Amino acid sequence: MSIARSGGLRSHTPELAILVMLIAAPVVLPHLGFSIDLLTRVLNWGLIGLGFDILFGLAGLLSFGQAAFYGVGGFVTAYLLVSGTLTSVWLALAAGTISAGAFGLVVGWLAVRRIGIYFTMITLAFGQMAYFIENSPLSHYTGGENGIPGVPVPVLGFGEHAIRIGAGLPMYVLFAVIFFGAYVLARRIVRSPVGAILLAIKENTARVAMLGHNVPAYKLTAFVIAALYAGLAGGLLGSFQSYMPPDAFSLETSGQLVVQTIVGGANTLVGPLVGAAVWLWLRDNLQLIPGLSTLWKLVLGIAFIVLVVGLRRGICGEIIHWWTERRTLSARQAAEAVTETIEAGGAVKPALSRERDATLPLPSPATGDSDIALEACALARHYGGLKAVDGVSFKVRCGSIHAVIGPNGAGKSTLFKMLLDEVSPTSGHVLLFGSQVTGHGVSRTAQFGIAKSNQLNQLFPNLSVRKNLRIAALARRRGPLRIDLLRTADSLPEVEAQIDAIMALLDLAVRADTPAHILAYGEKRRLEIGMALATSPKVLLLDEPLAGMSPSERAATCALIRDIAQTCTIVIVEHDLDAIFGLAERITVLYEGRLLADGTADEIRGNQQVQDAYLGGLHAHEPA
Amino acid sequence: MPSWPALASQAFNGLALGSLLALVSSGLTIILGTLGVLNFAHGALFAVGAYAAFVMLQYTQSFLLAIAVGCGFMLVLGFLLERLIIRFFYGRPHEDQILVTYGIGIVLVECVRAVFGGNAQRVPTPSWGQGATQLGFLIYPTYRLQLIAIIATLLVGLYLVLYRTSMGLVVRAGIENPGMVGILGINLRRTFLLVFAIGVVAVGLAGMLYAPVVAVTPDMGANFMAQSFVVIVLGGLGSFPGAVVGGLIAGEIVSLTSAFNSSYSEVMLYALMALLLVLRPQGLFGSEGRV
Repeated sequence: MSIARSGGLRSHTPELAILVMLIAAPVVLPHLGFSIDLLTRVLNWGLIGLGFDILFGLAGLLSFGQAAFYGVGGFVTAYLLVSGTLTSVWLALAAGTISAGAFGLVVGWLAVRRIGIYFTMITLAFGQMAYFIENSPLSHYTGGENGIPGVPVPVLGFGEHAIRIGAGLPMYVLFAVIFFGAYVLARRIVRSPVGAILLAIKENTARVAMLGHNVPAYKLTAFVIAALYAGLAGGLLGSFQSYMPPDAFSLETSGQLVVQTIVGGANTLVGPLVGAAVWLWLRDNLQLIPGLSTLWKLVLGIAFIVLVVGLRRGICGEIIHWWTERRTLSARQAAEAVTETIEAGGAVKPALSRERDATLPLPSPATGDSDIALEACALARHYGGLKAVDGVSFKVRCGSIHAVIGPNGAGKSTLFKMLLDEVSPTSGHVLLFGSQVTGHGVSRTAQFGIAKSNQLNQLFPNLSVRKNLRIAALARRRGPLRIDLLRTADSLPEVEAQIDAIMALLDLAVRADTPAHILAYGEKRRLEIGMALATSPKVLLLDEPLAGMSPSERAATCALIRDIAQTCTIVIVEHDLDAIFGLAERITVLYEGRLLADGTADEIRGNQQVQDAYLGGLHAHEPA
Repeated sequence: MPSWPALASQAFNGLALGSLLALVSSGLTIILGTLGVLNFAHGALFAVGAYAAFVMLQYTQSFLLAIAVGCGFMLVLGFLLERLIIRFFYGRPHEDQILVTYGIGIVLVECVRAVFGGNAQRVPTPSWGQGATQLGFLIYPTYRLQLIAIIATLLVGLYLVLYRTSMGLVVRAGIENPGMVGILGINLRRTFLLVFAIGVVAVGLAGMLYAPVVAVTPDMGANFMAQSFVVIVLGGLGSFPGAVVGGLIAGEIVSLTSAFNSSYSEVMLYALMALLLVLRPQGLFGSEGRV
């Protein structure tokens, strides 16, 4: 019991550190030029920053429109209170926060359809739109350029015992309590399955979708979370300064938040708070120095450029990096040493002893009474005049290993991409146990039970092996979208059992905590297969699983594929024909986009046309 | 319902604003299309241009000479920014590019503020642009008419550079497929430098030409930058014709809406963008795929 508690306590070190910091700040920092009001203001920025860091630091979505939600939360709260619609500040805060979240839902729905530059421009433009809406059409309610004065302070308790939370220390305490609660919540979100998936989206969006997660919906979730945090902070701002200023909506506000986050450190949660402290301290203290009064923002701007060019982690990021580096340096060096030994050709351990009986918790393959698992019906894909794949049909029997072979340019990869709807066919369709998968998109197809390991590794390079597999395993257990923000990502026992079984099967158990980018090439290939496998597919597509492997690794991987075939249907594209004839029960041969032959391994081996195709062209007349 | 002369006057205002936005946005869009960098310092460079006109006018007393010297200044500034900072960001994520150009924007605006203070400055209308011109049924400020003509000429010039020179061919090829241009052995380094500088001169020129029409402040560029983002979303990222047509559409929307209800003029612009994002996300002239 005591051991469990100390472990639990250690995992809450950041929360404790924040708590100590919040208590110590009003005692220590006033000596360094921070007034209590300045600290309260820093906390207000830190509060928007918590949400923004989930959006930008965690999910990698750079929004320049957070002012819109800050403003909506602030003005809805202020209007409800000043107009007398609501008398309770708490209710008004709740209403403001929810309004900001609702607005975030609308803007986010449009914004998350686009990525990168587009996303940033769209958020910025909607931020400006909100600014102008506040300023003109709604100025009757918002006061336009004058804002809303006279916002009341919150009251604790009822009737005669009610305590008004006045300016100064009481207001600081209120903000500190709210910030702490919001921080604890944000940390839970980061550690939840949703947080894990958001981080994976930043690392490799396409792979997250291919594993079966509904990427736009998760991005939207992060967007709405950020909007809710901003709305709450906006509502509190009006109460704090008993005035709701229109510049809450300005582009400056959004930009300031971005700068503070970079200065303090993205993906640290407290980064924006620290960045805000630096920004506001510089503003208030440099202004006191004659001659420097106008230069404080210039100093900040130069520091910001230096940070973006060089120290990309920001203040907290560098501290956390230094801290974890110190703790994990030896482990990382050991992992890199193992990688070097493997890549130098040395056997660190007996290469994949295949004696264990791995019982993967996979679904039984036969879900219908049909024994055809996957069927391609007249699939075609034309790129302009080029017919990459032209009317290919074949059936994959349930529980078999089915190979697709053909010379370079035969259309194998395009065909494969159509099987899981990564590329949509020009005509034709794909049936999985008799039901159509074509037209549903790659992540729905993954949910139906088709997984693919890619020709080129598509890993999450900075995540550990275990976390890579967890993203995959979570997809099938939780479905395309589940907003379970309060559970920890590793708290699903079936998922963890699945990960352990797959790591054992792939001989990656000793590498569980090694970041994927440190792994040796062969290990990365196995992890690539393992991720597809961790989604518990009914049909597993392997795109050149043996590419780039040494002969001994090839043998081991072939054995692995046979193991996997006990529990699911496999379709494999591979150039190594020896391996294919050893593995596959049926073989489909493509040539110049068309189906050349389809039969058992022996039939294909004896097929004259296939031999011609491989040995120098179908129309060659000279004997091979 | 506003009167016809008022509506016509607003249509001309829309043309003036629209041509200005077209110039600002084409600078933004060729940089984005060729270099792949969304230049968040664009608004600041607009302000720098306006201040350049302000300073040069004090020394030269000639608007045209001021503009010529100002262009030289913007060109040098563009070269310096590209060589010293931007070029190190071609291989980095879009987010980093946005952040560093945003930082450059802050520094430029604060430098301007440090030198000239935060108060609005006035740039006088050039002597040849004084007064108003009788256009049949309405009287319209002469300088704004000249502004439209000057910018139209500049855009034609930019068109000729982009579509009639070998460098323009490289730029347009770079927009289509930057990787392929590099493979063909064309020195992109020099092209990138030139394109960035041309983009900077374009937005600086826009700032100089617009300076007599508005109050010149360090922050004057922010709203233009936001509007030019809308323009290039409308026109399609990286598309020069898209920037011109999108700029004119945006200018007319802002101006004509304000003829009916001025409080909705800016809102309508962003509402249109939202609508377009739903119906045609690649923009009017854009093709799906790039960015």
